[in-house]
Amino acid sequence: MAYTEQEILAGLAEIVSEETGLPTDSVLPEKSFTDDLDIDSLSMMTIVTLAEEKFSVTIPDDEVKNLATVGDAVSFIAGAQA
Amino acid sequence: MTPVPDVVVTGMGATTPLGGDLTSTWNAALAGESGARPFDNDWVERYGLPVTFAATIKVSPRDVLPVPELKKLDPSAQYAMIATREAWADAGSPEVDRDRLGVVVSSGIGGIWTTLDAWDTLREKGARRVLPMTVPMLMPNSPTAFVSLELGARAGAHALVSACASGAEAIGYAVEMIRSGRADVVVAGGTEASIHPMPVAAFAASRTLSLRNDDPQAASRPYDVDRDGFVLGEGAGIVVLESAEHAAARGARVYARIAGVGLSSDGYHITSPEPSGDGQIRAMSAALKDSGVAARDVVHVNAHATSTVVGDLIEARSIRGLLGDEADHVALSATKSMTGHLLGGAGALETIFTVLALHDRQAPPTINVDKPDPELVLDLVRSEPRPLPDGQIAAVNNSFGFGGHNVALVITSA
Repeated sequence: MAYTEQEILAGLAEIVSEETGLPTDSVLPEKSFTDDLDIDSLSMMTIVTLAEEKFSVTIPDDEVKNLATVGDAVSFIAGAQA
Repeated sequence: MTPVPDVVVTGMGATTPLGGDLTSTWNAALAGESGARPFDNDWVERYGLPVTFAATIKVSPRDVLPVPELKKLDPSAQYAMIATREAWADAGSPEVDRDRLGVVVSSGIGGIWTTLDAWDTLREKGARRVLPMTVPMLMPNSPTAFVSLELGARAGAHALVSACASGAEAIGYAVEMIRSGRADVVVAGGTEASIHPMPVAAFAASRTLSLRNDDPQAASRPYDVDRDGFVLGEGAGIVVLESAEHAAARGARVYARIAGVGLSSDGYHITSPEPSGDGQIRAMSAALKDSGVAARDVVHVNAHATSTVVGDLIEARSIRGLLGDEADHVALSATKSMTGHLLGGAGALETIFTVLALHDRQAPPTINVDKPDPELVLDLVRSEPRPLPDGQIAAVNNSFGFGGHNVALVITSA
């Protein structure tokens, strides 16, 4: 079963919120992980690991550097679903 | 030459099987309450554990810390963080020079929940599901490191490991940091969170845990003839130590002075204390000498006394051997009867109890001593707290660890 982009955003917002303490409604597609959400590389890898499990996808390490915003991550996950 | 600074206690905090903070913990200890309770999970049925209870933490960190901290800190670091925040606030949240602020927080076992959870994840789900924070959470310096980040401490962050003596050794090292001029203020103590079925099984395998499953609250009974082992506990105790000069300059409240530190090792056996108590006596003797306190001024000892058949009596004989007739006026307390054994947290929590005993002038009780061991050669404070004398008084806190580590701290009234 594929997740819709809206479902992915909601799930990702939950992961980011638990990692950072930010409210889920502040995790918006246009937000930058580093500049807006203040997420360091270790936290980013935690988010990636949890997102892979939640959405049953693989996010290769080489791809992570391209995920600048929450929207980038949502799009990648949506496309990576089997 | 600059004189060696006196080291005083200006803040304290704890989270323990008796309470989520120090006030509730101390009040429960004075009231003679037990923190032991049956496991509220399926461990006994699932793993066949021979021990069905422990002195688990009274207030879960889940009720205290925000979710991101729960996820980034091993439970041992969660307890340390909770106790640190209380201790730091208790000290007045002082503005201090961060380059002169140190941290020494120890654990005897380390981040074993994180280690074993990650191992479960690896086996069940594979390497890609193991979380990136696993190593910073499981490393034994994790609690001291996170406390140093919390406070921005830059004089040094250390984690001395000596099993059940770790918490006391941490405080001893913190005293040395201040005396040697490396720091003005050091946050120090111990923490442990190892009530997981594997360590329970392993301690049970070494035949050191009490098997009094039908009456957990009566299981920890140091110096009672029917004692049969210790009760596993968990939690943290943290103190804020300062040079007396630094404390005076900012008008800080002083609880007591850590006047002497004594360390030794048995060089004898990996788990059994050396039977003559020679190593324990050398540690206590060194601490007394370091403090300049005379044996006749020691009015209280918080014993290591874990409720094991052999260990309790060796310590009692050591105290008698060291103090001789002066031991007659020592009020001996064995607070593990109430808290259980916090392992790496024990020495720190019991240092705090010793400080409070001097500060409040009352020695805490030792519960469950229905029939004192006839070989006990000391005056045990039993069901009720006992008043301690006015004037300048001193006390000793002993901590001994698997491996033959002996730590004695001499504490004097403010």
